[in-house]
Amino acid sequence: MTTINHHLDEATILAFAAGTLPEAHRVVAATHAAYCAHCRGAVRAAEMLGGSLLLDEPSSAVSATCRAATLASLDALPATVEKPVRPAKNEVPAVLCNLLGNTPLAELPWKKKAPGVAICAIPLSDGAKTRLQLLRIGPGRAMPEHGHGGEEITVVLRGSYKDHTGRYATGDVADLDESIEHQPVVDSDVDCICLVATEAPTRFKSFWARLAQPFVGI
Amino acid sequence: MRLGIGLMNTGIESTIPAEDAVLLRRIAELRDRAAFAALFDAYAPRVKSFMLRKGASLEQAEDLVQETMIAVWNKAALYAPERGGVSTWIFTIARNLRIDRLRREKASMFTDLDDYDAESGEASQDEAMGRVQEDAAVAKALAQIPAEQRELLILSYVEDLPQSEIAQRLQIPLGTVKSRMRLAYNRMRKLLETVA
Repeated sequence: MTTINHHLDEATILAFAAGTLPEAHRVVAATHAAYCAHCRGAVRAAEMLGGSLLLDEPSSAVSATCRAATLASLDALPATVEKPVRPAKNEVPAVLCNLLGNTPLAELPWKKKAPGVAICAIPLSDGAKTRLQLLRIGPGRAMPEHGHGGEEITVVLRGSYKDHTGRYATGDVADLDESIEHQPVVDSDVDCICLVATEAPTRFKSFWARLAQPFVGI
Repeated sequence: MRLGIGLMNTGIESTIPAEDAVLLRRIAELRDRAAFAALFDAYAPRVKSFMLRKGASLEQAEDLVQETMIAVWNKAALYAPERGGVSTWIFTIARNLRIDRLRREKASMFTDLDDYDAESGEASQDEAMGRVQEDAAVAKALAQIPAEQRELLILSYVEDLPQSEIAQRLQIPLGTVKSRMRLAYNRMRKLLETVA
């Protein structure tokens, strides 16, 4: 059993329960929740607010046609519904596993970005305005510096890293204020693999990008 | 058969969670159409209003009502009372459909309560809290939080506004929206703990 030391911000819990988190962030939050009983409980409590607010909604009369069509459509449905089969235990939580098409982490199309640093972009739905990436960083290496210019959430899937806000291991989530600048360093003896949700496609102020463009930016 | 649909502004009345749960169980075990019709009449008008608040057309809203209620029929056996009331369960179904259809993103595949892995063992205090809470207690607590926090919750849950857009709408910094959200959440938790 994993001990979780870093949790979701309560504002994120509420946004997740309300359904307003953008897609990439929702995946990261759900992945963390799969590891973390505390945050699962918090999400459920926050969803109860949704139930209560739904009851508080003024009624908007539903047409007789809609009611009749709904009741009639039950005839076309199978008499019993089978419970979905829980996927076998995997190296990553089911939510992420589904999104990766059940491909093992090692077989994903990783792109090497620098020595010991690889990235794999995870496609989201067409409407998504956010970006979801897997980051794989070798032992002792620094993560690409990502100045928090926007909303960013990271969950660790394997290995661990450390920065001035603490040590993050499997299941831990970094849901930090955007003003916090940090320079995480991998302190596990295996690669550290993280799932990162960012707002804008250009958000990573990576050191290699800055090396490539020495006259731009800083 | 239903003795009063909850109106939060009364602060007392609520739907009868136990009764809704019985209806749902009858749907799951007996495919009971009368039970389904009763749940439809209680929830469909609220789900429709919920969809309209997000900007769905009348036709879209009724399509989503139909889809939500059919999911209730299909998934009735998956409802777990210990995870929250029937209204909460129906809210999550409607919320996911709203994200899928109106925002054209994928939600259902990874925000269903049932989809969480249970890798870490013990139920936390929060989970235990979820189990003992009745919808009525939540409604009561909601009515007690300050108006400015309640407004944020409605903008978020009902109008589906991201926190950044709430900040724009209310012309306050994003950081303020977030800290008010945290206050609202913690206030709710405290109120619920005292009723528990």
